[in-house]
Amino acid sequence: MEFVFILFIPMILAMIIPIFYKKIPGIHTGWVVLIAPVVLFIYYCTYVPSISVGQTFTSQFNWIPSLDIAVVSYLDGLSLLFSLLITGIGTLVVFYSIFYLDRTREKLHLFYVYLLLFMTAMLGVVQSDHMITLYMFWELTSISSFLLIGYWYKRERSRYGALKSMMITVFGGLMMFAAFLMLAEIGGTYSIRELIANANGMIESQLYLWALFLLLLGAFTKSAQFPFYIWLPDAMEAPTPVSAYLHSATMVKAGLYLVARFTPIFAFSEYWVWTVTSVGLFTMLWASFFAVKQTDLKGILAFSTVSQLGLIMSLLGAASFAFHVENPAETIFKYAAFAAIFHLINHATFKGSLFMVAGIIDHEAGTRDIRKLGGLMSVMPISFTIAFIGTFSMAGIPPFNGFLSKEMFLTSILSIQEFSSFSMNQYFYLFLAIAWIGSIFTFVYSMYFVFHTFIGKRHQDLLPKQPHEAPIGMLIAPAILAVLVVVIFFIPNIIGDTFIKPAVIAIQPFLYTSPEEVPIHVAAWHGFKMEFWLTVGVIAIGFILFKLIPKWRRVYELVPDSVSLNAMYNLIMAFFETGVNKISSSYMRGSIRHYLHYMFYGFIVLVIGTLFLTNAFVLDITKLSPIHLYEVILILVLFAGTLTILLAKSRLTSIIALGAVGYTVALFFVIFKAPDLALTQLVIETVSVALFLLAFYHLPKLNRHEKRIRFRIHNAIVAFGVGVTVTLVALAAQSQKFVSSISSYYKETVYKEAGGENMVNVILVDYRGFDTLFEIAVLAIASLGIIGMIKLRLTKKKGEKPVENK
Amino acid sequence: MKTNDVILQTTANIVFFIIFLFSIHIFFAGHYAPGGGFVGGLLTSSAIVLLLLAYDLKTISTALPINYVVMTAIGLLIAITTAAASIMFNMPFFTHAYDYYDLPLLGKQSLHSAMAFDLGVYLVVVGVTMTIIQTIGADD
Repeated sequence: MEFVFILFIPMILAMIIPIFYKKIPGIHTGWVVLIAPVVLFIYYCTYVPSISVGQTFTSQFNWIPSLDIAVVSYLDGLSLLFSLLITGIGTLVVFYSIFYLDRTREKLHLFYVYLLLFMTAMLGVVQSDHMITLYMFWELTSISSFLLIGYWYKRERSRYGALKSMMITVFGGLMMFAAFLMLAEIGGTYSIRELIANANGMIESQLYLWALFLLLLGAFTKSAQFPFYIWLPDAMEAPTPVSAYLHSATMVKAGLYLVARFTPIFAFSEYWVWTVTSVGLFTMLWASFFAVKQTDLKGILAFSTVSQLGLIMSLLGAASFAFHVENPAETIFKYAAFAAIFHLINHATFKGSLFMVAGIIDHEAGTRDIRKLGGLMSVMPISFTIAFIGTFSMAGIPPFNGFLSKEMFLTSILSIQEFSSFSMNQYFYLFLAIAWIGSIFTFVYSMYFVFHTFIGKRHQDLLPKQPHEAPIGMLIAPAILAVLVVVIFFIPNIIGDTFIKPAVIAIQPFLYTSPEEVPIHVAAWHGFKMEFWLTVGVIAIGFILFKLIPKWRRVYELVPDSVSLNAMYNLIMAFFETGVNKISSSYMRGSIRHYLHYMFYGFIVLVIGTLFLTNAFVLDITKLSPIHLYEVILILVLFAGTLTILLAKSRLTSIIALGAVGYTVALFFVIFKAPDLALTQLVIETVSVALFLLAFYHLPKLNRHEKRIRFRIHNAIVAFGVGVTVTLVALAAQSQKFVSSISSYYKETVYKEAGGENMVNVILVDYRGFDTLFEIAVLAIASLGIIGMIKLRLTKKKGEKPVENK
Repeated sequence: MKTNDVILQTTANIVFFIIFLFSIHIFFAGHYAPGGGFVGGLLTSSAIVLLLLAYDLKTISTALPINYVVMTAIGLLIAITTAAASIMFNMPFFTHAYDYYDLPLLGKQSLHSAMAFDLGVYLVVVGVTMTIIQTIGADD
């Protein structure tokens, strides 16, 4: 089987999860869910040996060939690395969630269905080579993360956070979609690989810059860059396993993936280099500064994630510099792409473990408020160890992996000094200062996180629970990540050779063609260079600032909450909400008659208008077919029936007359050789008359006071207008035929191609099967709507409030 | 109001089966003669409506204990699965397959995956119409 199908395994598993949950309630559903990431992880591991020497794999199936849309799975260094992260961290997170989520109290089936959907979506994002399917998977990650963040939907904050993340990421996604369309316009293909191969000439196009910035909007919103980061802290309302998975290891990295993947296309432009680097650096500084303000453990981690994503983003920007120098392999820029990927891996390990520890503290101590916590080290020694490793790695201290990538980050920023194009070197000291101060605050919040939680005095009276160490099952997943943090520090070059170098080729394909050519060797000790002194400075100043936190904390109060980005977001949302409400309440009056009037008037104006403007009305009497006597009789019956409906004094007569009209129309179908339609029409008439009779008792008496002259004239105009319009269109359509009827095509092909003899049915189920599929879906939704309306009204009648969110 | 419609009820009992069998015939005939899932479904539900008219909602829901919402869901699922199955054979979404077989007694017959799709349509149509009639009918 083609390996493109492999990524749908989680989605297929998601379909049976609800059944399993219901039928076998004794086992935690998570154990079944665990199958998907484990199997996938092992599967993708088998690709490691061949991809680490520079091979790539593709597999595709044609989804909609007529539109040239295919699901193409492309495995190279970059996508394999992400796939391993998604499935690897996914395994740990699912394992952790088995102990974190109580199977008796939580709606586990929903949780795991969303999680599995998300897994497929994410794998799809990183493996898609076709931009349309990439976009589809991209939005699927937005939707599934919306569902996951809003998992505890009864809490108002959860709903707010879910909506916010969806609003912002879907906005970015749409912008990105526009960028994709432009790219396809410029490059003439939807395949990213082909675009990269022809990337050189694309900068000349006028659309290039538009595509560049729109694509960056997509990447920045997803990766929570300034000023779009505001959704990420609110997304922390999700259950902790979700935070660990989506908001540290996978979804927020989709933006980084996008930037990395499109670097070979856009790095030729200086706007790209500037924007990516400076937005990344600024985000890093901004978020690391505000992380210290947070009081919620997960809040600190959220801001820290934003900051670290900014760091990686700026590294990707620095990697794009390499496209603008003469001999990039010899300059120091060669580090940037490597450092970006390296830090991405490191961040996934230490941040994943830290989120899980935050969840453990929440679970065992009952609160995540850092002001209430303290002194947990003695009761939770294992959690403390894990948190210690995680935070020190985050702060960039040896012997943890964060140190290595942080040093490489500093090296890359220092290398900007050598870069003379775009007058970038003039701003070098600004860049360096931002990076350095950002690193200092990273150190500060890391220390703040671990020491305020675990060291110091325990305030037992503030804690809702007596804290104790978490069960062993909950500790396994973060412990594995913590071990990885240390292991990677000691074997960085093995990781580098097998995973990072193949990914670097994907980012800088013009510099290197095979992984061996990437000339990087990671060393923990690299002499008394500038980087070393910068790190010493970070630790020294960071330590002082950490000690003095109570003294300078007041600076956060200088800026009131009302001018924050969040307030702006709320304002914009409120503005739209009231605006839309005003508009819709101006025409949604609640009367079906009004709506029908709008529709019919619209129909008349549009159709008659078009007929006149395009001079389309032509009457060719010679083309009309002769009228037989029995047709005249039927028409007279139709007239009589219609008039009876209008003039009848009782409703029963009207209904029966309506039925008569319907049956006569069915007779017309018989005459014009449409037995299928006639059959359907007959049955529908029967059922609908029966339905009318069912509801008959409950209908109010025909209202005679509606006889006001104005009302009747109004109705007459609408009825007459619609009738005339339809007649004109029918006559005009009959009188001018530019192309021969399509029916001959169907006549010739139905048996040959679809193996059927009844044309109507073959069209319904085969030629236009998609229509039918959607039609029955609409029918099903309509019936659910009717149930909802009637059930809701019933509960209201009993004096109960309608059940929210059920 | 208690009614005693002996004639209507006796007739309905028999006519129900006639309409029902006819609807199945129509459904299967669909691909070669007038008919198909949509009409077949409508006919079936009209047969049930006839029963509803002759008896009342409660009697019928005990005699035919069908959850029509589930029926709709199953129908949709069958339709989507049929459409998606072609992906497994690396064919575009919604590619149908058919072939002819020589069956004992019946002679040369065709089997067509469109049939499965039509079955989905049939179930949805019955499910939806009956859901609507039941909910509105049960509402006082």
